[in-house]
Amino acid sequence: MTSAPPTTVEDPGAEPAPGPSHPPPAPGRDRRAAWRTRRHRWDVRWSPYAFVAPFFLFFSAFGLFPLLWTGWASLHRLELTDLSRMEWAGARNYLRLLHDEFFWNALGNTFTIGVLSTVPQLLTALCLAHLLHQRLRAATFWRVALLTPYATSVAAATLVFVLLYGRDYGLINWALGLAGVDPVDWQNGTWTSRIAVSSIVVWRWTGYNALIYLAAMQAIPDELYESAALDGASRIRQFRHVTVPSLRPTILFTVVVSTIGATQLFGEPLLFGGAAGQKGGASHQFQTLGLYLYEQGWFGFHLGRASAVAWAMFLILLLVAAVGGLLARRLRTDR
Amino acid sequence: MPVPAPATPVTRATRAPAGGRPRTGPLGYTVLVLFTAGSVLPLVWTAVAASHDNTRLAHTPPPLWFGGNLAHNLGIAWSDANLGLALLNTTLVAGCVALGTVLFCTLAGFAFAKLRFRGRNALLAVVVGTMMVPPQLSVVPLFALVAELGWTDRLQTVVLPTLVSAFGVFFMRQYLVEALPTELIEAARVDGAGSLRVVRHVVLPVARPAMAVLGMLSFVQSWNDFFWPVIALTQDNPTVQVALTGLGRGYVPDQAVVMAGALLGTLPLLLVLALFGRHIVGGIMRGAVKG
Repeated sequence: MTSAPPTTVEDPGAEPAPGPSHPPPAPGRDRRAAWRTRRHRWDVRWSPYAFVAPFFLFFSAFGLFPLLWTGWASLHRLELTDLSRMEWAGARNYLRLLHDEFFWNALGNTFTIGVLSTVPQLLTALCLAHLLHQRLRAATFWRVALLTPYATSVAAATLVFVLLYGRDYGLINWALGLAGVDPVDWQNGTWTSRIAVSSIVVWRWTGYNALIYLAAMQAIPDELYESAALDGASRIRQFRHVTVPSLRPTILFTVVVSTIGATQLFGEPLLFGGAAGQKGGASHQFQTLGLYLYEQGWFGFHLGRASAVAWAMFLILLLVAAVGGLLARRLRTDR
Repeated sequence: MPVPAPATPVTRATRAPAGGRPRTGPLGYTVLVLFTAGSVLPLVWTAVAASHDNTRLAHTPPPLWFGGNLAHNLGIAWSDANLGLALLNTTLVAGCVALGTVLFCTLAGFAFAKLRFRGRNALLAVVVGTMMVPPQLSVVPLFALVAELGWTDRLQTVVLPTLVSAFGVFFMRQYLVEALPTELIEAARVDGAGSLRVVRHVVLPVARPAMAVLGMLSFVQSWNDFFWPVIALTQDNPTVQVALTGLGRGYVPDQAVVMAGALLGTLPLLLVLALFGRHIVGGIMRGAVKG
């Protein structure tokens, strides 16, 4: 630190001292100054740690410790009914997972619903952001209006969509009927139910992502577009050759965030499934990994197995992140 | 809720149309209107459905306009799902989470932005890395812990695990790196201010707009938090989301009442959005550019 502590004390009373406040031992100016210097040094050195400490304390208590404990629990037999008894089980929980068709089913569903929700969501958001980036009347109004789904909770949104997607009396099937389409069984169909669940995710997050893209678009210098226009590039070519390449890091960021969100998908399928939501539909057709974990732990009472599912999810996420990182590096060098 | 500071620089700057950008044509507005309708109509229809009775909802065509049963359904939802208590609980929880997040993240963000200390970069990398840890990884031990402590159905169960956020730390850091001149801190130090005084008189005033935005974002997120509350709380002392889950999962739920509950659970946030929408927009956008 370049600033030297002052050698004179102008207002000793107004100093709320951090740390232990010893009364100055003597009225002597020198000793007082020496004490202040020491305290100042101590303050500059340690207060940064005090400022970041709450984050790390809370993270250790509610993030890191549980993470490790989950790993430990996944190697044990642990029942919801008797939390004090842990029996060593080695890799048995993991082996069971590998042999459980519903685990693979849930993994496949998580992937499928993830793709069905992430791809349309981000593509639509990109187009919306492009529109919002133009010169627009009532710009703030559109932005806020597109955020209403973001302010709606998973629970509220899903419950509404359950009604809208009703097979016999749902608004969507009624509208389809007006267009001459037969009623669709959104709840029990394999693909239709996955599409329905995905649509709730798309509904909630498209506007949010559009704002993220919009922010990135506003960082693109206008000169890039002007020179592209001078070179005779059409609007669409400008979008493809100026906007999208400039947005690459942001697009990657949203892909990563949406992927993390997709691997954790829980509330939408749970509530879309109604009374037996943890199964993800009558034939597990939209059971995600999050639901599978919940079913194993809180309906099958096998917390050890639920822990193994949690760690499997984590490893899958790390794998996805590694692949994403590699892709990002490729994209960067390709340019 | 703190009164938000005047418009954030992002929103201001972006409202002025830049020279080169094309003006939106009728087609653009049509698309925007369609999208806004798609965003808003499900919520409007929630209110429509909540204003009929269950038998009317089991008819084709579905109701497209308001009926006269809204007050009745709201009343049932209120008493059946413990919604009064749920709303109070959620307000408390989301308020505490927002306050804690803002306080702790501002302190940490300030340290990472402007203070020098050993291990700063490594610790910041850890903060960012923690965003990758999914909540599923901690539910089993947290649940065991809660059972052990006898905290089932206590609100601290859902407050404590979300009291800090890596996103918040990062968000405040990014804001303070640019908004807080280092000379200002040095000047305060020359005047003999200790770190706590620097925080109170220099950092907090500068950070206020970002703190307001982070507070609103945390409030919204905490209000809508689902996974852990559903596992940790029961219908006896629920948050709104838990109460709604209870309403929706009966074997033959009264759909009109469910919609009334969904409406009640969403209205407070819609109000927040209506009042502070432009700041929330600015916050999301600012968090994004540098994220």
